[in-house]
Amino acid sequence: MKILVAVKRVIDYNAKVRVKADNTDVDLNNTKMAINPFCEIAVEEAIRLKEAGSASEVIVVSIGPKACQEQIRTALALGADRGIQVETADYPESLNVAKLLAQVVRDEQPGLIIMGKQAIDSDNNQTGQMLSALLDMPQGTFASEVKLEGDKAQVTREVDGGLQTLSLNLPAIITTDLRLNEPRFASLPNIMKAKRKPLAVTSPETLGVELKQHSTLLKVTPPTERSAGILVNSVDELVEKLKNEAKVL
Amino acid sequence: MAILVIAEHDNSTLKGATLNTITAAFEIASKTPGSELHLLVAGRDCQSVAEEAAKVDGVSKVLVADDASYEHQVAENVANLISQLGKDYSHIVASATSNGKNILPRVAALLDVGQISDITAVESEDTFQRPIYAGNAIATIQSLDSIKVITVRGTAFPAASIGACVESNAEITNIDSPASSDLARFVSEEVAQSDRPELTAAKVIISGGRGMGSGENFSILEQLADKLGAAVGASRAAVDAGFVPNDMQVGQTGKIVAPELYIAVGISGAIQHLAGMKDSKVIVAINKDEDAPIFSVADYGLVADLFDVMPELQLKL
Repeated sequence: MKILVAVKRVIDYNAKVRVKADNTDVDLNNTKMAINPFCEIAVEEAIRLKEAGSASEVIVVSIGPKACQEQIRTALALGADRGIQVETADYPESLNVAKLLAQVVRDEQPGLIIMGKQAIDSDNNQTGQMLSALLDMPQGTFASEVKLEGDKAQVTREVDGGLQTLSLNLPAIITTDLRLNEPRFASLPNIMKAKRKPLAVTSPETLGVELKQHSTLLKVTPPTERSAGILVNSVDELVEKLKNEAKVL
Repeated sequence: MAILVIAEHDNSTLKGATLNTITAAFEIASKTPGSELHLLVAGRDCQSVAEEAAKVDGVSKVLVADDASYEHQVAENVANLISQLGKDYSHIVASATSNGKNILPRVAALLDVGQISDITAVESEDTFQRPIYAGNAIATIQSLDSIKVITVRGTAFPAASIGACVESNAEITNIDSPASSDLARFVSEEVAQSDRPELTAAKVIISGGRGMGSGENFSILEQLADKLGAAVGASRAAVDAGFVPNDMQVGQTGKIVAPELYIAVGISGAIQHLAGMKDSKVIVAINKDEDAPIFSVADYGLVADLFDVMPELQLKL
């Protein structure tokens, strides 16, 4: 069984986010970029399934300008077998990404698709669910545990009140939550080896997918800053302030 | 045209988040001429939810889809129902809870439209604000689709009231359900049992971070929480360290909360945590490191060892 993993190139989660002075977008010039952390967990899960003998090949897909090949190479260094870049001028909206991925899935016929539950730039949390709908496949979102049993996947999901377990018919789509696993670091020999692994480049035209605009970004502004309050010196003072000044007790 | 709001419930009562979502939907309706609010209750033996929903102010119609396949809100079935029903609506709105996030993008794709996630303000019938980059920027987005599919961040809108105008009870209509799919099957559920309020509904939250040192030490917070009727939360660092389960996590990757009072104990205040709680009305930080970033958002900061001051705080509150 092949496993397909989608990864997105995003701002490094430690980098500081700056809004452009003209409020048109976030300024990503000279900003450190990385694999979206949830996508990295997806790569790790796929590699572990391959190491456990449940998968024969791990294919990693990224959609975006040429720079996203860097993130594909990172995934290859972690242990994925080959990469596919769908070259686009920009980073398309979720539904367009889902349509491009759906065509890659039809071409590659993986038994399982793993992706991050959300990207830490747009924070949409949509693409996995949309892909499932387009392919009429079951979805196991926000997964904290995945077990493959024959032609089914048992997925434990992080939900608001606790955990929910679903049994999904394969092929299925799984989106990862934080506790699914802890991704490994790529070793230097594996980084070198990754440079020789195959990486195919395709395009929306080749895939026969027409991209459509569903929304317009009108403006990006910094959030209203919360100003620091005061330091109190004792528990007594804190209790007094909460009761008499803030009046929350 | 009408706006369809998806009710969140456990087949017996309506979840609080739905009331905030109704307020957001009502704001959209007030900016969309000639529109009214319909509420969909999809579940199993969920008549009591429908009756409760009919009393929520602003709702003019409650649609009930009662079917075994909706009992556990399995996305494949609920999304099919909503997408068929949704073709006749201008907006489809749900709470940005784990359930809403699971189901609604599937609905959007079935309708071939985009989704605007996690809105925090309504500017017009098609333009909304939403946080991006973990709340480090606010985007204003205009939807170009004929049907607007939206999830709502509950903490950004007040809760709609129930039964303020008694005579305006909404009409309840039972609707047919499309054939169910067996692609995904519910196996089991592990709901954390607690007498304390849910994090997203609590008026007071006490959260612990890595500074708590261990899961056992969270009992210090629990004792104070029980005294104040508060919920207990945690930072991602405390979850990653294995002190407490992930459903207690407050932050960008956990729950977004905005209580009246948020007490952060032994939490340094990483951006990802601040993203989940900085809209709280009053923030108290207790940390022994005076340079901890949490103090930059706290209304009241106390630089002290939490193990020294928490017992005293419990006595005096």
